[in-house]
Amino acid sequence: MTPILECQSLIKRYGKKEALSSVDLTVNRGRIVGLLGPNGSGKTTMIKIASGLLTATEGTLRIDGKLPGTETKELVSYLPDRPYLNDWMCVADLLSFFQDFYRNFNREKAVEMLARLNIGLNDRLKSMSKGTKEKVQLILVMSREAELYLLDEPIGGVDPAARDYILNTIISNYSENAAVLISTHLIADVERVLDDVIFLAGGKVALTSSVDQIREERGMSVDALFREVYKC
Amino acid sequence: MIWDFQGDRPIYLQIVEQVQLRIVSGYYPAGSKLPAVRDLAAEASVNPNTMQKALAELERKGLVYSQRTAGRFITEDKSMIEQIKQSLAREQVDEFLKKMQALGCTVGEVITLLSQMEKEEIK
Repeated sequence: MTPILECQSLIKRYGKKEALSSVDLTVNRGRIVGLLGPNGSGKTTMIKIASGLLTATEGTLRIDGKLPGTETKELVSYLPDRPYLNDWMCVADLLSFFQDFYRNFNREKAVEMLARLNIGLNDRLKSMSKGTKEKVQLILVMSREAELYLLDEPIGGVDPAARDYILNTIISNYSENAAVLISTHLIADVERVLDDVIFLAGGKVALTSSVDQIREERGMSVDALFREVYKC
Repeated sequence: MIWDFQGDRPIYLQIVEQVQLRIVSGYYPAGSKLPAVRDLAAEASVNPNTMQKALAELERKGLVYSQRTAGRFITEDKSMIEQIKQSLAREQVDEFLKKMQALGCTVGEVITLLSQMEKEEIK
C-alpha cells in the first residue's frame, strides 16, 4: 500500500537558511506519529509543505503518492499551530464554513462533539477561553473524514485537563485508514498515544522508531530519550 | 481501577500486567466479556494499536479468547486464573522479603512479625 506521507531528500530553504536538509521519511496509514523536536528544528515547515502552504526547494513530498495540490487537500486535514479562524464567527458559522470548504466534513460528528463539551452553536470564538478555542479548532479538523491529519502543536498552551480531552479526541477518532502526525515538544503528555516517533534536529531526521522499541531497547521513556538527545 | 503507566517499559506490557491484575482480583470475572478495543483504549488513554497488541498478548497467554463476532472474553479456566494469582503473589512476597533482608531481618523474624501483627489486628 502506498504510504500516506513520504518525503525523499526533502529540502526547504528560507533565503540562505536551510530549514529542512535532505529529509527522508515515511508515515503509514493506521499510525499515530509524533513529530518531535525543539523549537526551530523544522516541524512546522515540514507540516506546511505537506499541507500545501509551502513548496519544497528540492526533493519531493508525496501524499498517498501524489505531490501536494488540489487533490491532496481533500486527503489532508491540517490544524495550524496558532488560531486561524475568524474571531467574530460563532460556532454555527464555523460549521457552515467547514461544510462549504470540505466535502468530507462530517457536520453531525462535530455537532455531537461540541454538544458533549457544552459549547453552544451561538457561542462566538471571540468570547471563548484559549483552551476552548483550541478544542473547537481540533473538533473541526478531526471531524473531516481525511486520511492524513496534521496537528501542529495541538496541546501547546492549554491546561492539563484540556490536553487530556484533546488527546482522547485523537484516540477516539482513530481509523485504520488514516494517519495522524502530531508535532509537539510536550512529549511526556503525548507519549502514550503515539505508535512511532520522528525526532527532528536542525532540519534533519535524528531518529525514527516505534515508542515500544525505544522503551524496550533503552529502558527509558521517549521523553527521557528526547532530553538526552537534545541536551543543551 | 485506574490505569497507571511507568515510563521505562513498553505500555502494552504494562497493560498486560494490569489486565491480569483485574482478572485475578475479579474486577473482570472469569468468562465475562471485555469491552471493545476502542473503548478500552479510550479508558486507558492509550493508542488503540497499543491496546490491540496487549490483548493479542493476553490471548497468546490463554487468559483471553476471542469469538469471531461476539468480541473478547476472559478465560473460564479458573485454575489458570488461580495459578496466575499465585505467581503474582509470589513475586510480591519475593520483593517484600528482599526489602526485609536489606533491613537485616531473617525470614523467621519476618514471620514472627507478621503473626504478631495479625494478632494485633484481630484484637
